[in-house]
Amino acid sequence: MADVAKVAAAETSAPHPAQRPVRKFLFANRAALGSLAVFVVMLLIFFIANPRVFSSWGLYAAVLTTLPVALFMTSPLVFVVTSGEIDLSFPAVMGFSSLVFAFVVQAGFDPFLAIAAALIFGALLGFGVGALVVYGGLSSLVATLGMNFMLRGVILILTNSKSIAVPQLSDSLAFQITSTQVWGIPVQILWAVAFVLFCALLYNRHRFGAQVHVVGDNPDSANEMGINVNWTRVKVFAFMGVGAALAGVFSTMINFTWWPTSGDGYLLPVIASVFVGGTPPWGGIGTVLGGAIGALTVSFIQTGVVGAGLSGFYVQFFYGLIIILSLLGHRFNQVRYR
Amino acid sequence: MAEHIIELKNITKSFGSIYALGGVSLHVDPGEVVGLIGDNGAGKSTLIKILAGVIKPTSGEIFINGELVNGWSPARSRAAGIETVFQDRALAVQQSIVRNIFMGRELAGPFGWLNLKKQISEAERLMREIGFTSKVFSPNSIVGQLSGGERQGVAIARAILKQANLIVLDEPTTALSLTETAKVFHFVRQVRASGRSIVFIGHNIHHVYDIAERFVVIDRGRVAMEKAKSEIGSAQELIEYMEEVARPQAAATGEVV
Repeated sequence: MADVAKVAAAETSAPHPAQRPVRKFLFANRAALGSLAVFVVMLLIFFIANPRVFSSWGLYAAVLTTLPVALFMTSPLVFVVTSGEIDLSFPAVMGFSSLVFAFVVQAGFDPFLAIAAALIFGALLGFGVGALVVYGGLSSLVATLGMNFMLRGVILILTNSKSIAVPQLSDSLAFQITSTQVWGIPVQILWAVAFVLFCALLYNRHRFGAQVHVVGDNPDSANEMGINVNWTRVKVFAFMGVGAALAGVFSTMINFTWWPTSGDGYLLPVIASVFVGGTPPWGGIGTVLGGAIGALTVSFIQTGVVGAGLSGFYVQFFYGLIIILSLLGHRFNQVRYR
Repeated sequence: MAEHIIELKNITKSFGSIYALGGVSLHVDPGEVVGLIGDNGAGKSTLIKILAGVIKPTSGEIFINGELVNGWSPARSRAAGIETVFQDRALAVQQSIVRNIFMGRELAGPFGWLNLKKQISEAERLMREIGFTSKVFSPNSIVGQLSGGERQGVAIARAILKQANLIVLDEPTTALSLTETAKVFHFVRQVRASGRSIVFIGHNIHHVYDIAERFVVIDRGRVAMEKAKSEIGSAQELIEYMEEVARPQAAATGEVV
């Protein structure tokens, strides 16, 4: 009896288990940690398959050069999905903004000015797509798919499907600070990590992020509490446009060439990254850091499969396997409240 | 005469060809508890949604402290000190208690970065105030884990976050246990004692009779009766009147009285 009383007393004086710092951290970040676990296990399997290749830094440096492009789009897409929408037009927005970037550089202006122009253009395109979806009352799935085709069409018409070489970038200050290597580490990844951290703060500790959560969770309630639901959604699409423009600039910096297909290859990997990272498709919740880890996982699959000694034909199979396994994992790791 | 906190004049609302409200006038004075009653579909909820700015009236005027307002919206309504606890509680169930309490009025610095510490301490204070004593919940708990009564508590905490002039409670006791219902009544008396006004909407006429000082009966989109408690003898009398209001409908389908 006395023991029971003692236990009860201890329980009331100590904070509830769910309030202990470590548990709280694990609980709050369980989706992101789950995706991290997937990544670590995958890397481990690759490493065991071919220790020699996977202990050389060159392989990681290669991934870290191209991963940033995906990261600039994955984080804003987490906002879009959390708000209860989807955006399939970001590849064309990326292509179009980087076209503006390449045009301005080719015309002889400073690359920094070109970056600013690309970002503004990307934001405007995103704003336009968002306004169309939100004020037109369209399904974002279908409308952004249409916009992706249409914008890509405009790109092809404007450029006659010809690529644009901008070799003058190679000795610009903009290139030096965004896309060189420092101690063997591609600088791009530092910018991308900074962007991801900024997005994570915006998502969790900013009024914008808080309203995006609420709008995706229960738009009627958000409206009843005086949040401008439509405007919040439009802002989310504009933010996606900015991310796509950044991705476009960084991808053009990699080999000083703009391609008419620029961005196309990112559609499915970026969307997969968001979901592999633990953001559920129904809106209201999500994780920016998880999305970044998802992007890391997805971008490692191709390199990893080939590096492990399998033929390139296995790449798609592994993409699918990882996506399905991650979804199953998150399914049991996350409760859906209604 | 003191100015009304809010006055709705000749409000109509039609959804297509159906009139939900056909010219309703309603006012609330400082420090009074108004009981809004009526049958299902009478237009009570439509009326309070107009009050909250969620639904735009088809015609009619809204006065705040005697001044005519244009462009009435949920944000304007809340800014005018009107807080509504909606029938469905209007909560985002996947979010934390604290995010729900501060929904639409987050505490943030000049650049919009949230003051999370202050939000949490404020939420803790509010939760204590309304008798949320369970150790199991913290302001960071997810609303989806809470029971109906606890969710109602979150919605009420949100309504008293700022010193509202008027708190509107739409069917606040529906689906609540007896103790939870008692808590809601306790809360209404507390608010009343602090000199603020309440509009209390309910099905249970005994509940409304106990708590309100003035009654407005809505029937088929119109105000059928408006009386102070002193003019009505008992809850039974109010119920009899409600039945009488419902009768002409039956008579109209049968014979002319």
